[in-house]
Amino acid sequence: MAELEAVIGLEIHVQLSTRSKMFCGCAVSFGDEPNVHTCPICLAHPGVLPVPNEEAIRSALKIGLALDCEIAPRSIFHRKNYFYPDNPKAYQISQYDVPICGPGRLGEVRITRAHLEEDAAKTIHVGASGRIHGSAASLVDFNRAGTPLVEIVTEPDLRSAADAADWARLLRETVRQLGVSDVNMEEGSLRVDANVSVRPAGSTELGTKTELKNMNSFRFLQRGIEAELGRQREVIGAGGRVEQETLHFDPASGDLTPLRSKEEAHDYRYFPEPDLVAIAPTAAMLAEARESLPELPAARMARYEAELGLDEAQARLLAGDPEQAGYFEAVVAAVGEAAEPRVVANWVTGDLTAALRASEDAERPEAGPLADLIGAVASKQVSHAGGKQVLAILVADGDADVAEIVEREGLAQIGGDDGELAGIVAAAIAADPDAAQQIRSGNGKAIGAIVGAVMRETKGRADGGEVNRLIREQLGM
Amino acid sequence: MIDREQVLHVARLARLRLDEAEVETMAGELSGILGHVDRIRGLDLAGVEPTSHVVQLENVLRDDVAWTSLPSAVALASAPEPFEGAFRAPSPQADAD
Repeated sequence: MAELEAVIGLEIHVQLSTRSKMFCGCAVSFGDEPNVHTCPICLAHPGVLPVPNEEAIRSALKIGLALDCEIAPRSIFHRKNYFYPDNPKAYQISQYDVPICGPGRLGEVRITRAHLEEDAAKTIHVGASGRIHGSAASLVDFNRAGTPLVEIVTEPDLRSAADAADWARLLRETVRQLGVSDVNMEEGSLRVDANVSVRPAGSTELGTKTELKNMNSFRFLQRGIEAELGRQREVIGAGGRVEQETLHFDPASGDLTPLRSKEEAHDYRYFPEPDLVAIAPTAAMLAEARESLPELPAARMARYEAELGLDEAQARLLAGDPEQAGYFEAVVAAVGEAAEPRVVANWVTGDLTAALRASEDAERPEAGPLADLIGAVASKQVSHAGGKQVLAILVADGDADVAEIVEREGLAQIGGDDGELAGIVAAAIAADPDAAQQIRSGNGKAIGAIVGAVMRETKGRADGGEVNRLIREQLGM
Repeated sequence: MIDREQVLHVARLARLRLDEAEVETMAGELSGILGHVDRIRGLDLAGVEPTSHVVQLENVLRDDVAWTSLPSAVALASAPEPFEGAFRAPSPQADAD
């Protein structure tokens, strides 16, 4: 049988961090006592009228522009009708055929649309044998009801669970940098559902998809998709057919359980919301949203690769953390011609990160001192090992002077010019004639013993390459 | 034409209980409405903007300012059997059966 390729699309709900709800002035909150942020509008009392929150519209425009979406010149709200305790109006105000943001793209993945809607209330189901005597019931807290959401839908462009998790991380970082949401998966301000199917590799047709819900971390998202891909491959491998259904992922057990069949509930009978008029973003609103966009991770990553010559992994790492990226760029500027940006990236993401992790009191040094250090190592005034010792002192004492540390600690690299290093090498060879003999007879690995002795003697101040060269030279090789 | 099954399907989605006579009436009335739409479809409507709303307004918006919400006791005042500050609703599982 042909190999089955994964076809994955995502649906992401982003809770906007506005002060007030989408259609009323109740505060948007998380973690308060139940039902303290409600009013006749979000409780759906008769005769009330919703009025859209302008800030939510602006946030949706920012998200749309960041995802390169076509912004609809005029979009409308629809009623999505269903009965459920979390939905007091018996409809959710959402958008249907004319969403505010149309097709776009983030990285390798095409965006189908992004639209505005309101969140549902939070419900807790209590069984008949639970805290409440008698029949099973739903306890409903309307604090969340009416919180503005942007739902982002992708095309099925992802081909592995790991890619899906990586792309979801990129999306989260992008939205975070827009400052329009907390994007916290555990608290539910970012919710990712996955549409998963498989098909014979090379086929362009889509297989029957299932929808996975309840993956409240990127790790669970990846694990849930992997589990479902495995299940679908097994079903098809055994000659069966995948049924279209919605599955709930249990991260504890790794199980996927079908949610109660809602085939009827998908008949939402959308119709235009008569209580709301069209949204037509003005030129001023669009300009403001455009100007507020920071340089986003995907663009920053591309610039680091193209202009600064970083490899993809380094560029991704830095671009995903705007704070660290800003620091990196400051160090690159301070280093100037003294070292390549790639070398600076290695220091910032490697040695510096390790040094900061090594101690709780460690603080990141100013860009200037780190640039001085990188320059000193690049020009071989200090060895790399010596540089790490300087760095340990820098992170303990942020504004220290690199030249002074090198001087005080005696870390200046011992070069080959004045014969000092050659003398130490000669002594090390004399002290270990066995190793010397082995090197002469072709055992290249034996050189490590003598290099190690020289490094101990010089306390790491010698350049490893130079030491190797001197040993071979003195052994007449 | 809207048949009996379609009427019952829509009634079920809307949680409406219809007796046989009502089903027949609804089938006739809904068919009449769709028939009217079909007549409109027969017209030459090129260049006519679709109407999503009878009011010609756009961007009726409010500033993002939080107001004082109802005290929870007031919000729950007309709720039967509230429990620990929450509204209590019949379980949707029971509703589905």
